[in-house]
Amino acid sequence: MARSSLTTPEPDTATAAGRLPAANLPEVYRRLGAAEIRDALRKMRLIRRFEESAEEAYVRGLIHGTMHLSIGQEASAVGVCSALSPTDYMTSTHRGHGHCLGKGADVGRMFAEFFGREDGYCRGRGGSMHIADPSTGNLGANGIVGGGLPIAVGAALAAKRLGNGRIVVCFFGDGANNEGAFHESLNMASVWKLPVVFVCENNKYGMSTSVARSTSVKNIADRAVAYSMPGVTVDGNRFADVADATHAAVERARRGEGPSLIECLTYRIRGHSKSDRNRYRTKEEIESWQKRDPIQLFEAELLEFGLMDTPEMVAIQTSVEEEITAAIEFAKASPAPSPADLTRYVYTTERGSHGHHGA
Amino acid sequence: MDTMVRELSYSQAIQEAMAIAMERDPRVFLMGEDIGVYGGAFQVTGDLVHRFGEDRVMDMPISELAGAGVAVGAALAGMRPVFEFQFSDFATLGMEQIVNQAAKLRFMLGGAVSVPLVMRFPAGSGTGAAAQHSQSLEAWLAHVPGLKVVQPSTPHDAKGLLLAAIEDPDPVMIFEHKLLYKTKGPVPEGWYTVPLDRAEIRREGRDLTVVATSIMVIKALEAAATLAQEGIELEVVDLRSLRPIDTETLIASVSRTHRLMCVYEGVKTLGIGSEVSAAIAESEAFDLLDAPIVRLGGAECPLPYNPELEKAAVPQVADIVETARRLVQGRI
Ligand SMILES: Cc1ncc(C[n+]2csc(CCOP(=O)(O)OP(=O)(O)O)c2C)c(N)n1
Ligand SMILES: [Mg+2]
Repeated sequence: MARSSLTTPEPDTATAAGRLPAANLPEVYRRLGAAEIRDALRKMRLIRRFEESAEEAYVRGLIHGTMHLSIGQEASAVGVCSALSPTDYMTSTHRGHGHCLGKGADVGRMFAEFFGREDGYCRGRGGSMHIADPSTGNLGANGIVGGGLPIAVGAALAAKRLGNGRIVVCFFGDGANNEGAFHESLNMASVWKLPVVFVCENNKYGMSTSVARSTSVKNIADRAVAYSMPGVTVDGNRFADVADATHAAVERARRGEGPSLIECLTYRIRGHSKSDRNRYRTKEEIESWQKRDPIQLFEAELLEFGLMDTPEMVAIQTSVEEEITAAIEFAKASPAPSPADLTRYVYTTERGSHGHHGA
Repeated sequence: MDTMVRELSYSQAIQEAMAIAMERDPRVFLMGEDIGVYGGAFQVTGDLVHRFGEDRVMDMPISELAGAGVAVGAALAGMRPVFEFQFSDFATLGMEQIVNQAAKLRFMLGGAVSVPLVMRFPAGSGTGAAAQHSQSLEAWLAHVPGLKVVQPSTPHDAKGLLLAAIEDPDPVMIFEHKLLYKTKGPVPEGWYTVPLDRAEIRREGRDLTVVATSIMVIKALEAAATLAQEGIELEVVDLRSLRPIDTETLIASVSRTHRLMCVYEGVKTLGIGSEVSAAIAESEAFDLLDAPIVRLGGAECPLPYNPELEKAAVPQVADIVETARRLVQGRI
């Protein structure tokens, strides 16, 4: 599955649905090809259904704590990940379910983590905000706003030193762009010409605080100027726009030319977390964004360009449904961690017993 | 007419203190993330923005380091900021300004300035928010001369300590436990203060002094009620102030009971209980001890997400009952 972005693969879109591509077909569709386009749509559906199902499980008391849903933001997660190879790294955020699934996480292990079970990505220790999967280059979601930015830069430093050709994608929100860590990280990445793609998912609010009330620039991509790197603002609800911008930034990173900043304009349809009363925005605003649903936009475009047909899309939905059902069953059957293991995994070399009152 | 004191929740009591302070003193203002229309992550500021406006209930960008420093600067220059960290864990981002600046400015400048700053920290576990949103970091700040650090356990104290903190000319750090916000208790109307340097005996008892902090005071009182049925009488001391520690009250209590146990949610080693134990070990009460000093504290690990593990990571009522019983019965 690994694809080098240095070479443009032969377009196989024509064979995909047995039709010829339209003349104005976005370049990125040619480049991705039918299988990857299908995979992208499938991942967007999977993310949506994963989060809707997690929400239901939360309501039924199967999930402890809170969670931050990215419903409405799937195109940015999947568009970005479509430009990555499995060995590339990613850092994510508290709103990271889409990023993790986009990078290839398994839904069963995701649910198991939400249910606090041993088969979860963090053996039930981390929960929704801390999903990580080193096997797919996912260095972790993060509970700290801006926490992933310096880590991404460090991973890029390592990749450059080790000469392994990997690049790093660093997701963060509009709110994070006001943390010192953001500014310090972009500066270092630029000075050291590190292979990082900074992806700001600008969903208009950091919790209740709008970008207009918190940020001194109109476009967060403008911040790139201060750190001498390219900055672009794209329609984050349009898969092709996100994928296109990311491919360009990834290629630049692989060529050793340094970091880029991509701002994806998007919107979170749900509240910030489970306790949000949505007092800072209007119903009309939410509804206007619901009309720009990234999955519907993507499907409409694929139909328009004849890249996929409705039965294929229905088949994707059916298979996603099956995958979700099986994943929840898997997660429910997974054992809970034992309190005797409470203090395990704190250090790499473990000694003694691990219950609370242990030695 | 007898005064039936009304009941408020811990968070209402804090909100009331902030409102009273803002009404009395135009220099007082609130700063924090999502404390305006959102009402604060734990709804502590609630509707205050509608009463006092956005200039006095200021939402700030997600910029804890600069935000903490802005509060320090405003305090230096004549204002009385009350700064809310959305979760106490994010104090880690503001540490520079708290520890290097707020705590030390007066001393470094030979007494030329004061920093009348209040910071509020929603702390503790029990919400399933995992390792980066559940910590009890009060001992970190209590380690720093120049800061005052308090932990209210009741709505009454939450209000009185906050009003005392706002009036105080030096930086005061208030650690509030998230699970206490909804607890209710009697709260007098109007303005009053609770001293920032005194422990409070919550229950008298002859057999064992239990020095507890924050939510552990509530748990220790529950344990005391259970053990009383067995004829074991705990004296529950609410430490309340971590810096300075009210050693006088602690020594007097242990001198009566001859036994000491400390219960706190922060990590057990190098924590509050270590300091309380040392205070007794260094005092005249040491000779009176009939049993070893025992500490019950948080486990030596980050806070886990799984609810059973999360419970196992901090002392529970049953742990207090069991340990206190063994201590009093001479089995420790
Ligand atoms: C350092 C830090 N400050 C505050 C928070 C609390 N918090 C969690 S998410 C969030 C909003 C983040 O906004 P943004 O970066 O735009 O991401 P979004 O939630 O919109 O995806 C806040 C304030 C935190 N987790 N970490
Ligand atoms: Mg945002």
